[in-house]
Amino acid sequence: MKEGSSISVSKLTKRFGNFVAVDAISFDVKEGEIFGFLGANGAGKTTAMRMLCGLSMPTSGEAVVAGYDLYKQSEKIKKSIGYMSQKFSLYEDLTIRENNRFYGGIYGLSDKQINEKTEFMLHHLHLEGQASTLVKELPLGWKQKLSFSVSMIHDPKIVFLDEPTGGVDPVTRREFWTMIYEAANRGTTVFVTTHYMDEAEYCDRVSIMVDGKIEAMDTPSALTQQFKVQGMGDVFVQLARKAKRSDN
Amino acid sequence: MKSIQVDRVYKSFKSGKSPVEALKDITFNVEAGELFGLIGPDGAGKTTLFRILTTLMLADKGEAWVDGYHVVSDYEQIRKRVGYMPGRFSLYQDLTVEENLSFFATLFNTSLEENYELVKDIYVQIEPFKKRRAGALSGGMKQKLALSCALIHRPSVLFLDEPTTGVDAVSRQEFWQLLRGLQKQGITILVSTPYMDEASLCDRVALMQNGSIMKIDSPAGVISQFQKPLWAVQGDNMYRLMLELRDDSRVDTCYPFGQHHHVTFKESTIDIESFKQEFKDKGVSSISIDRTEPTIEDCFMELMNQ
Repeated sequence: MKEGSSISVSKLTKRFGNFVAVDAISFDVKEGEIFGFLGANGAGKTTAMRMLCGLSMPTSGEAVVAGYDLYKQSEKIKKSIGYMSQKFSLYEDLTIRENNRFYGGIYGLSDKQINEKTEFMLHHLHLEGQASTLVKELPLGWKQKLSFSVSMIHDPKIVFLDEPTGGVDPVTRREFWTMIYEAANRGTTVFVTTHYMDEAEYCDRVSIMVDGKIEAMDTPSALTQQFKVQGMGDVFVQLARKAKRSDN
Repeated sequence: MKSIQVDRVYKSFKSGKSPVEALKDITFNVEAGELFGLIGPDGAGKTTLFRILTTLMLADKGEAWVDGYHVVSDYEQIRKRVGYMPGRFSLYQDLTVEENLSFFATLFNTSLEENYELVKDIYVQIEPFKKRRAGALSGGMKQKLALSCALIHRPSVLFLDEPTTGVDAVSRQEFWQLLRGLQKQGITILVSTPYMDEASLCDRVALMQNGSIMKIDSPAGVISQFQKPLWAVQGDNMYRLMLELRDDSRVDTCYPFGQHHHVTFKESTIDIESFKQEFKDKGVSSISIDRTEPTIEDCFMELMNQ
C-alpha cells in the first residue's frame, strides 16, 4: 500500500460463475481525495463498491481500505467508512434526532457524542429547532444533505456516495457538492458515483469502468486533453460506447 | 390541434401535520405530434400530473383533456388511446418478455404483429431474450420492454415518467433517439426528467418546481430569456475560487458548472480586467473569465431564485 493511500486496490476481481463482474481492477485513492467512480450501467461499479465496503468478498486480488485488509479485517473497514445512497439512507418515520441516535448507536458513539453531533449537524445545515421533525416531512434536498451528514456521524476516514444527487434540484445539487468539498478539505476521502457528467468535473480524479475493467483514470482535465474533447461527458461517451455488455 | 390540455389542475395530499400541495393550479397545452418535456427535480409534481392525465387519479380542482377527451367523464376513451410508462417498473415480473407483450396486446385487442412497425426498433433489442422472465432482465432491457408494452396498441399520446432516471449517459442518448423516431410516426409524447440537459432535446418544455410551472417555452426560448450576462470563470483551485467569488460584493450568483463557475454580476457593466487583476492579487492563479451562453440549468436556477 502506497504512503498516504486511503484505498489501495490491486487486481481486484469478482466472478459470478462464468461472469467476470469486476475484472482485475487496480487503483489508489489518496487521503482527502475526491475520487469519481464512473461507468455505464452494468460496468461493475456497484459490485466493486460492495467489495470495498466489506459487503462482498472478492474472488481474487488485494485491497486495503482505510488501512485494513479486505479479507481479514472487513469488520474494521465497516467501522471506518460511511455510506450513502440515493435510494435509502434515513428512516422516514423517525425524527432527525432519532435517526442520529440510531446510526450513532450502531457505530458505538456515546450519548454525549451523539448529542454533540446532532447539535453541530442541525446548526451546520441551518435546521435549528428541527430535531423533532420527522424525516419524511423534510423537503428532498434537505433529506439528501442530512443523510450525507448522518453517513459521517462517526467521522469515517472514507465516505462512499452512490449517486447521491439523483433527482435533486440544481441548486441543492451544488450545495451538496459544497458539502463534499468541505468534507474532503477536512481530510475525509470521498468515493463517489454519479450519472451527472458536470459532477465528474468536480472530482480530483475519476476512473471510468467499461465491462468490468478500468479503461481510464486521471484528473478530469488530463482525460479531456487525452481524448481531445471538451469535457468529461464526451470522454465518458467515447469509452462507454465500446461496452459490449449492458446493464446490471 | 391540442393533444393535451390542462386547465388549472390542483391536487393536494395529506402528509403529517400540513397537507402537501403537489400541483398548484397547473395550466399548459401540448400540440399534437409534439415532444414536450416536464423538467424538474423530485417533488416537482411530475408523477402526480401523469397520474391525473392517465385517469389513474382525480384532481381536487381543475380540468384536463387528452386527445379531446375529458380525464373524468371520458376516462374509458383515454385509457384506450394513451400509452403510459410509469417511473417504477410495473410489468409482470414472472411473465416472460413475450408473454408480457402478448398480454398487453390482448388487453387492447391487438397483437405484436399488427403494430410491429411501430415497436420494431425497440423490440429487436430485446427479442433475443423473449423467453426470459421480465424480472430477470437488466435495467435497460426492462426499460425497453416497458416502452414496447406502452406502444403495443399504437397510442396517440405517450406518457413517459422519468424513463432515463438512473440510466448512464450513453443509454440516455440512445433512448432520446428512440423517442425522436416515435415522434416521426405521429405520436405525441409527454416525457418527464430531472436531467436538465435533456430539456434541449424537447420541442417545448415546462420547468417545474414544488407543484408549479415556472416557465413554458422552447429550449431556445427559455435560454433567450436569461436576464443577465453570464460569465464562465476558471482557476487553479476551483473550491477556493468559488468561496472568494461568493464573498465578493459585486457577484450576484456563482454556481459550479463542470470545469467552470457560472457567475452573474449585480451591475450590468463590470470591468473584467480589473476584477481579474484583483483576484490575481488575492493569490488566485491562472484565473480566466469569459462570456458564456446559459444552459437550461442556469435558467432553472435563476427562476428558482426569483
